[in-house]
Amino acid sequence: MKKTPGRSGLIFDEPLLWEKGKKGRHGMSIPASDVPAAALPEALQGAGPDFPDLSEIDVVRHYTRLSQWNYGVDSGMYPLGSCTMKYNPKINEKVAATPELAAAHPMLGDEYVQGNLQIMFELQEYLAAITGLPGVSLQPAAGAHGELTGMLVFAACHRARHSKRTKILIPDTAHGTNPASAALCGYKPVPIKSGANGILRVESVAEVMDEETAGIMITNPNTLGLFETNIRQIAEIVHAKGGLVYGDGANMNAVMGVISAARCGVDVMHLNLHKTFSTPHGGGGPGAGPLCVTGELEKYLPIPRAVKDGDTYRLDFDCPDSVGRVHAFHGNFGVLLRAYSYIRTMGAENLKKASQLAVLNAAYIKEKLKGTLQLAYNRPCMHECVFSDGLQQEDKITTLDMAKRLIDHGYHPPTIYFPLVVHGAIMIEPTETECKEDIDQFIETVKLVVQEAKDNPELLRQAPVMAKMRRLDETRAARNPCLCG
Amino acid sequence: MRYLPHTDLEIGAMLDVVGRKSLDELFCSVPEGCRCEGPMDLPEPLNEWSLTDHVAQLAEKMTVNHHDKVLIGAGSYHHNIPVTIASLMGRSEFLTAYTPYQPEIAQGTLQGIYEYQTLTARLLGMDVANASIYDGASALAEALLMGLRIGKKKPKVAISRAIHPHYRAVVKTYLDPSQYELVELPVDEDGRTDLSGLGDIDGLAAVAIQSPNFFGVIEDLSALGQTIHGHGALFISCFTEPLAYGLVKNPGECGADIVCGEGQSFGLPRSFGGPGLGMFACRDQFVRNMPGRLVGETVDLDGKRGFVLTLSTREQHIRREKATSNICSNQGICTLTAAMYMSSLGGSGLRQLARLNYDKSEYFKAQLIKNGAKVVFDSPTFNEFVVEFKADFRPIYTRLLEKRIVAGLELGRYYPELAGKYLFCVTETVARDVIDAVAGEVSTPPS
Repeated sequence: MKKTPGRSGLIFDEPLLWEKGKKGRHGMSIPASDVPAAALPEALQGAGPDFPDLSEIDVVRHYTRLSQWNYGVDSGMYPLGSCTMKYNPKINEKVAATPELAAAHPMLGDEYVQGNLQIMFELQEYLAAITGLPGVSLQPAAGAHGELTGMLVFAACHRARHSKRTKILIPDTAHGTNPASAALCGYKPVPIKSGANGILRVESVAEVMDEETAGIMITNPNTLGLFETNIRQIAEIVHAKGGLVYGDGANMNAVMGVISAARCGVDVMHLNLHKTFSTPHGGGGPGAGPLCVTGELEKYLPIPRAVKDGDTYRLDFDCPDSVGRVHAFHGNFGVLLRAYSYIRTMGAENLKKASQLAVLNAAYIKEKLKGTLQLAYNRPCMHECVFSDGLQQEDKITTLDMAKRLIDHGYHPPTIYFPLVVHGAIMIEPTETECKEDIDQFIETVKLVVQEAKDNPELLRQAPVMAKMRRLDETRAARNPCLCG
Repeated sequence: MRYLPHTDLEIGAMLDVVGRKSLDELFCSVPEGCRCEGPMDLPEPLNEWSLTDHVAQLAEKMTVNHHDKVLIGAGSYHHNIPVTIASLMGRSEFLTAYTPYQPEIAQGTLQGIYEYQTLTARLLGMDVANASIYDGASALAEALLMGLRIGKKKPKVAISRAIHPHYRAVVKTYLDPSQYELVELPVDEDGRTDLSGLGDIDGLAAVAIQSPNFFGVIEDLSALGQTIHGHGALFISCFTEPLAYGLVKNPGECGADIVCGEGQSFGLPRSFGGPGLGMFACRDQFVRNMPGRLVGETVDLDGKRGFVLTLSTREQHIRREKATSNICSNQGICTLTAAMYMSSLGGSGLRQLARLNYDKSEYFKAQLIKNGAKVVFDSPTFNEFVVEFKADFRPIYTRLLEKRIVAGLELGRYYPELAGKYLFCVTETVARDVIDAVAGEVSTPPS
């Protein structure tokens, strides 16, 4: 018998696009031609792609059903550590869709696009105020793109100083993209172990910092959710040897209005607007990773940048020391608009409060769960806390099992097996937009899962059973890649 | 503040649990010397209605806007976007999810990307497409780096001067700190890339061509591909207008090894240049050298078909500095949007729309020629083309602007040798009467 679309409840099955449709259907209207047909040389003509033809409702049902298989922040708590899955305000979407702003062609003359240039200029100013670093480029399209741009700035600065540098220091508590970003600029990453308390030791940096090292890439707060308390002394050591300090600002949501990156000794820092500044993650993008630098390094930033002359705004291309372009146009402008909308809605006081509450939520979870799960480092945490499955080993239950069981209970699991310095890591970042009763319910659910691990461990090993799919065979996907239908 | 749900009572209760007296005390591990010296210098908060008013004021400062006919393409195209797309891509289950690390509750994103990869591979005539890169320019830079990895000891890459000038700028930025050498290939008088100097370049890993190129000219990709392969280099084909492949031969058919470009045309507004998406595809044998995310098909414990992120051993979080790229995200929702657009058009619709765009630009060319203008490059073009006028075009440009038509892009800034010449673009959004109005102004002597 042919399968019916219904499954349990209202989770529908849905085939792949090309398993649907009939040749000759239309899913969108195309204007009738009002010009004569023209000939194109046969040799240049192709047959056109083999796409399915679908009607409008075919497309609408297809994507509506697909969307229902997804878990988003609007569905529920998404405590994915290191990713800052906070609420994405609806007004930001409306602002980004403003027709005058969204329809703008990126190569129009400055005089015709004053609104967009003003937004870019003001956002640069706001991000400078938030970091304490006065030079800002909005071009990088994501966090890792910001890191790469930062490393290009390092390389340009050292070249200008006629100083040949080949290495870069990267602590084991830095973000995973850092080594690859540095390697793109020809720097060989030198790993540094964090201390027993999860904090980078001054001596560890002093031992390896030399005049062939371009500088250090520090994530602060680090990926253990801990503040790098020695950052100023570390920066002094790096600067004394002619190096530069890169601050990975991916965890800025913990410290807005609390720390000044500039006072910490950071020279270059990217921000993730899709984390700290509430723009939606979109299932993996687009993000935005603006780069903030000291006054000394400003001249190396990508071109163009928005500047203000009296009452008008323009794009400034006149920067002979610039590293050049990193994006075809002005970065992910639509994402910048959303972040602008968020900062204007929040203001300084609420941004600081957001960081305080993000830290409060994480500290509260850490305190409430520390006997239930094994705490990796018993220190004051910032916006996230890291546990492990150490206490579940006797039940032969792993981090993965607990994460999958949380799905059955209606949660997106925390980040698992990262950071690598914690074996079996469970990294929880609640963000400030979760209220106390939701946090309490999450804590109770984790406790319930840990109890189930003792009472009925098979429940966890088989989990999830309530989701659209059961556990998927990732080995098979990698061994015999099927990447195209 | 409506985004911050905590009441004062709750804050007090939570502080009690963590053993702190105040919110400030939560930051006791932060040394004094690292702290802000005062409040951040930001404007006062705006409520929803004041923000809406403020944005409306900014919108008014956009003197060229969606009511104008902007006859500029140059890597950012105005096409009709069906209303279904805004509705579907705006679904928060897609929009507020992250990278599908937990595939059991992210099948919507995963199947959506798998479908995108498949449609993209079919469009470009390639075996495999990835889940997208930031934009067309960074996709080209990544393609050249990939070519250098595959070419092993070969230290040089060559790119056509007819590739979008901003893309070439980004490539230069990416390659600058490396020891690799970037060679620029000239353009002949037909507006096509001239490969006659290729034999003089030793150690060439890859050659990149754009088609349709920056001047709208459709390159003879098959012939170029043969020459490039004849010199033992990889053939990278790049694009800014994927709609062209509804009508012209796709790069895969012409022998390209890697194909990359900008997908903004597929359902995304121009949005001042971003976000769009970098489409990226290659032949099967190069997959393990490809940057970016990939979604693959597999089965779950019950044997049911499902999708997961795969081949992640190429990626930065596992291979660290030896990764194929530092990229760890894709353009997410833009990727799904492009797939929604491609599936809304279908094969038949894509052909019809590409044809319409071609016919419009041919009509535009003919009208301009009739009125005394000259089309600079003789080769066939798609969508856009370069025009030279008998007299100074600037007064006419100004008159047309008063009629709310932005008449092309002056090229002197990008190609000094083409100063005073204009790149025009027309798509299905430009009606015949607008084309006729422009042509009419060209023939009218300046008043």
